[in-house]
Formats: sequence, C-alpha cells, structure tokens
Amino acid sequence: MRKALMLVFLLLLGGAAWAKEAAPAAEDPRLEQRVMAVAAELRCLVCQNQSIADSDADLAKDLRDQIREKLQQGQSERSVIDFMVARYGDFVLWRPPFKPTTVLLWLAPVLLPVGGLIALFYWLARRRDEGETELSEADHARAALLLDSGREMEKK
Amino acid sequence: MVPELGQFALVLAFTLALAQGTLPLAGAARGDSSWMSVARPAAHGQLVFLAIAFGVLTYAFITSDFTVAYVANNSNLRLPLPYRIAGVWGGHEGSLLLWMLIFALWMAAVTVFSRRLPEEMVARVLGVMGLVAAGFLAFMLFTSNPFDRLLPAPPDGRDLNPLLQDPGMVLHPPMLYMGYVGFSVAFAFAIAALISGRLDAAWARWSRPWTTVAWVFLTLGNALGSWWAYYELGWGGWWFWDPVENSSFMPWLLGTALIHSLAVTEKRGAFRSWTILLAIFAFAFSLIGTFLVRSGVLTSVHAFATDPARGVFILALLVLVIGGSLALFAWRTSSIRMRGGSFGLLSRESLLLTNNVLLAAATGTVLLGTLYPLALDALGLGKVSVGQPYFDAVFVPVIAPALFLIGVGPIARWKKARLPELAVRLRWALAVTLVTALLLPFALGRWSAVTSFGLALATWIVATSALSLWERAKHATTGANVWAWLTATSRAFYGMWLAHIGVAVLIVGVTVVKGYETQKDVRMEAGDTVEVGGYVFRFDGVTNVAGPNYVAARATMQVTRSGKNVTTLFPSKRTYFSQQKPMTEAAIDPGFTRDLYATLGDALSATTWLVRVQHKPFVNWIWSGAVLMALGGLLAASDRRYRLAARELREESHLAASRDPQAAAEVPTQKAARLTQEADHA
Repeated sequence: MRKALMLVFLLLLGGAAWAKEAAPAAEDPRLEQRVMAVAAELRCLVCQNQSIADSDADLAKDLRDQIREKLQQGQSERSVIDFMVARYGDFVLWRPPFKPTTVLLWLAPVLLPVGGLIALFYWLARRRDEGETELSEADHARAALLLDSGREMEKK
Repeated sequence: MVPELGQFALVLAFTLALAQGTLPLAGAARGDSSWMSVARPAAHGQLVFLAIAFGVLTYAFITSDFTVAYVANNSNLRLPLPYRIAGVWGGHEGSLLLWMLIFALWMAAVTVFSRRLPEEMVARVLGVMGLVAAGFLAFMLFTSNPFDRLLPAPPDGRDLNPLLQDPGMVLHPPMLYMGYVGFSVAFAFAIAALISGRLDAAWARWSRPWTTVAWVFLTLGNALGSWWAYYELGWGGWWFWDPVENSSFMPWLLGTALIHSLAVTEKRGAFRSWTILLAIFAFAFSLIGTFLVRSGVLTSVHAFATDPARGVFILALLVLVIGGSLALFAWRTSSIRMRGGSFGLLSRESLLLTNNVLLAAATGTVLLGTLYPLALDALGLGKVSVGQPYFDAVFVPVIAPALFLIGVGPIARWKKARLPELAVRLRWALAVTLVTALLLPFALGRWSAVTSFGLALATWIVATSALSLWERAKHATTGANVWAWLTATSRAFYGMWLAHIGVAVLIVGVTVVKGYETQKDVRMEAGDTVEVGGYVFRFDGVTNVAGPNYVAARATMQVTRSGKNVTTLFPSKRTYFSQQKPMTEAAIDPGFTRDLYATLGDALSATTWLVRVQHKPFVNWIWSGAVLMALGGLLAASDRRYRLAARELREESHLAASRDPQAAAEVPTQKAARLTQEADHA
C-alpha cells in the first residue's frame, strides 16, 4: 500500500518537476538531415520561391515524406532527385541541370569575370603603350601656380 | 470626393513634371535663364502636389474608404492603424506613389543643396529628373492609378498580406526607395554632364555626396529587408536569393562600384566614361528592380500578359530611359576627349577598376540567374528554377577576389605601385591572416575549409585596414602629435575605413553562422527540455492569446544556461481572421555573439507540439556590418571638402558679381576645378 502511494506521488511529481529530454521530431535525426538536404534542392511547386525544406505547404510535407520513404528504402539522394525530376520536370530543381538551354546560365559566372578582367588588362596595357602625355612649359608653369595656391590655402 | 482631390493633385504634378522636363533643358541649350528658372519652382510644386496625393491616399486608408479600389484590396476594417498607414505602400499602385513622393523629395533636396552649382547644370539635372518624373506619373495615371474607384463599395476590404503586417513594413520599403530613387540624382548628374559635354572632376565631386547618401539608404534598406525576413519568415534564414531580394541587391552592387569609380574620377580624372555608364546602369537597375517587384512578372511571366497595358508601358519606359541615355552616351563620349590622369598597370586606379569589373560581373551573374527562368519560359524553351543552391555556388567565387582587393586597394599608391614594395608592406597583414584562418576555426569548435576561407577574408580586411591607418599615422607624426593628425585626417578616409571594417564584420557573421549554427526539431510537452549550443529550452505549454485581427497560440519557453536563467521566449502561431493558414511568429533572444531562435510548429495532440530551436552564433554581425558600412558612407558624405567647396564658391561668386557681373557666371566651374586639383595635391 505504501509502495503504491509512493508510486502515485512520484508520478504526480514527475510531470511537474522532473523535466525530460524532448523527443526528436524525427525518429531518425540522421536520416532527417539527409531528407532536408535533398529537400533544400527542390522547389515547392505551390509556393512562391521556397524550397520543399522551407515550406509549410501540404505538398511540401507530402514530398518530404516521400523523400524520407525512398531514402529509408536505401535509394541514393541522386535517384530521389531524378525521380522528382521525372515527375515534375526540371522546374523542380533549384540548381538547374547543365544542358543546351542552360549553357549560358552556367558559363556566364565564369565568363563574365574572366572576360571582364582580360578586357581590362588589354585596355590597361594599350593605355600604357600610348605613353605619358608630355607636359609643355606652360603646363608646368600652371601646375606650379596651382600648387602655390594650394599651399596658401593650407596656411589659412 | 476626397480621392478625386488626390487624383487632381497627381494630374497637376504630371503637368509640372512635363514643364520641368522640357523648359529648363531647352533654356540651358539656348542660354535662356528665364526658362531655366522654371526648374526649381516646378520641383517644389511637384513635391507639394505629391504630398497632397499621398496624404489623400493615407486618409482613405485611415478612414477605410473602400470605394477606392486600392484601399479595398489592401486594407481591412480590423487592420491596426500603423499597418493601415503602411498599407498605403503595401501594393503596386501605392508603392509607385511612395516612389514618386520620395523622388520629389530628392528633387527638392537638389534645389536646396545646388545653390553653388552653375545655373545651367542645375537646370539640366532638374530637367532630366523632370522627364523621369513625367514618365512615372504617366505610368501611374494611365495604368496604375491608386485613386481608381470601386463602386459599389464592398462592406470590408481584402486585408493587407499578413506577412506585411509587421514594423518592418513601416521602415523597409521607404528606406529601400530612398536608395533606389537616390541613384536618380547620380543619373541626372551624369546625363547633364553628357549634355553639357563637361565631364570634369567638378562633375564627379558634385555627384559624389549624392551617390554616397543614396548608397547608404540602399545599404540600410537591404539590411532591414534581410533582418525582417530573418525574424518574420520563421525558419531563421537571412538571405534567400529570392528574385525580389536580388532586384534590390543588384543596384546595391552597381552603386558600390559607382562610388568607387567616382572616387577615381574626382581624384584623378580617370574612368570618366565608365563612371557615366555605371551611373546610368545603377539607376536603370533601380528602375528594373522597382518594376520586377511590383509588376508581378516574377511570380509568373503571364502576369505580364494578363495586364498588357502595364507591361508594355514598363518596357517602353525602360527602353526609353536606358536606350536614350546609352544613345546619348555613345554620341557624346565620342566627341569629348576622355583622357584622364595616366596610371600604371599596377596602381590604386587599376585595382579600383578591377574591383569595378568584379562587381559588375557579380551584378551580371545575379541578373542572369534572376531573369534566366523568365527568359526561357518566355521563349518557350522550358521551365527551370534558379535558386539558392545555384547562387551560393556561383556568387562567392566572383565576389571573393573583390573582397580580397579591399585589402590591397587602399594601401596601393595612386598612379604607380610596385609589387615588391606592396608585398613587403602587406607581409605582416598576410601572416596574421594566415595564422588566424588556420587556428581560429579550431578555437570555434570545428575546422572546415569554407569557414577558414571566410575568416581569412575578414581578417585580411581588418589587418590591412589597421595597416593603412598605422602607415598614415607614422608618416604624419614626424613633428605633429598624433591627436592633431587624427583630427586632421579627412572624414572621407575614416568613412572608407569604417565601411571596409563593416564588410569584414559582415563576412564574420555570414561565415560563423553558416559554419556553427545548430538546430533541433523536437516534439515537446509541458516540462520537456531541449538543448542547443549550451542553452537549455524548457517548454512550459501553450496558451491562446487574442490580437487585434488574429488569434494566436503562444508557447512559453524558459531558457537557461548552466542552470542560470537567460530569458523567456514566446514563439507563437497566428491565425489572421482574413486568412486560413496560420503564420509562425518566431521568438528571438538577440545577443552580441549569438541569437536564440525558437519557432512553434504544428500541434501533434492537445499537449504535444512540434518545436524548432536554433542557436545562431554571430548572426547579428551580418546586419551590424551593414550598419557600419552605412555609417562609413555617412561619414564620407559629410566630408569637409564638399562643404568647403560650397562656401568658397558662394563667397567668390558674390565678390566677382559685385565687380564684374559678366565674369561671375564663369567663376564657379573654374573654381571647382581648381579646388579639385588642390585636393589631389593635398
């Protein structure tokens, strides 16, 4: 009897005073990390500019469940993504595939800075070849005058 | 009746804009000062009428006048007053009106601060701005009128998008527009210089403070937007490479390039045509940004087709502004001798130009990523998405070299620098950088190449900034005392210095939060605890709370660290009366070295909730860095030489005018040119 009372007492106390570690939302946190990594690459088709990882929409939840299921079955990330592309098209990929219509998209981030720098180098080199402009006597006199007036200003 | 007053005010502002866009320009061409004198009163008049129009629309929002279609679409009887006022710019038409009001403010500012400028220059600058204003007002009046009536009026409005019902909405758009629109001044100065054919250092000096101030606003606007997304959207991200973000980031990148290139044009007379081009494109990107965000084309190319009038008008306006200025550019620059001061292959000039090329390439990359899906879709070549994974992969490699150059540019000499000498001067900074990059990640917990690289860039900027300060002090202290030197150094230098430190602070924030943030998703009942980053969160249950136009489920979470109380967080979920879907309201405990971020997810049962807790180290450094950059910009814009030049010019022209009225008009430009040259020698 005393033992039973003690148990009831402990149970009552337990909820209030002894905090327990919260259970992870996912049964397998490491699997969940993989799910979210895949989900971050996929576009939520019913939202505006969100990934499946970020969205709260029902479709996003469904797709996250599907990704989890497929990864659990031992499929690779690559094959899950391929499955989504087969179902929804390239539109679902936040990182567009490299193909004829996206050549420009993927090459431009290389071509723009490299091309710009090469053009800049040639421009600078040509500019230097043109040489320094010779200063005439009059120019020197004017420069001296300006320098003087500059010094006067500083004195003030 | 009242909304018609607003409509009337808009029409009057439009006629004034037409007058301002024609007479002063013609007057400047003919040398007719009475025509030129139209510019200032016309600008003031536009400000008055646009303020009236804006006031009328605000009044319609405050009184919930749903006979105005725009109010009915963006407000609601239960909407709290501050958001009814912010609702004025919550949609397309109203944000255009805000844009125009801010434009008129900038025009009025030009009339006030341009007294020292030659009358022709002022007339041309205001004339160009008048043309832009006329284009925008026509767009509003003919396709996007905020005062359109909706009869019979609906009993209640549709409500402002709940995402926008936030203090951020009150601040962020006006700040961003101040920046966008501010670049119009730099643009107008560039066009005026092209028309007059005088692309001299004086022109660069005049437009510099305007450009810097606009850039300051744009910096703050972007930072506010990022911070707002961070706390409002509820999953703890702070930059999403969303097309809307991109369209305010691109003008910022170009504006950054512009302020650097203006510096060279003012000091050394070089890169003039490049500076003009940048000024044109910075404003063009501001226009594109405004339209991209507001026209709905980003959500779907087909939004354009559902309202062809708007789309065609936007395209026409863009083609006119960009095409017109580029045509003028091509025509004028071929006839003007553009040769500036000469400089070597390695010099501060060439380094700044390299930074400009990289910033332009970065802008091009972002532009391509933003518009590529639209272009493919419009051409019928299929639908693709370009998002965060793409931008993260391509943007960093383009911008990293520019960040590295922040360390070299201010150290290198004008005209000609030598690599061996630079290397000797920079060797200690480089050593400090390498050691920090190798060791600091270990101290923070875990070493990774990305973290190490980010910290290397930040340390490099700080170390070289310290070096530039020290080298200046060393040269100056022969004879003078340090304090005298510190106060004598120009605010422009301190401004640059502070802004660069701001970049470093921002990089630290980005790197550390990316490398060391932790997050846990858990199911919690009252009394459960979860730990992230050394902080223990205890879930104390959920209560229902009623707001003015929503009901919320609010959780209480007690946060402790090593048994000591830190804070209590109240993450909640709001359900607005006008919407079905609940919105998460994250609870954040901000701190200097970390943010604690808690969001309440779905209820799994009556007592169990999904909860996400995050520990975000150094995340506030991201926005603090942006604030430092803005402060640096303000310091630079308030530099003594802009005011000094103003005062001297005024005095000089008064003196000259009393002696010889004819010569007086000539004096200001000559004087400005001389002051500029003196600044170079000083």
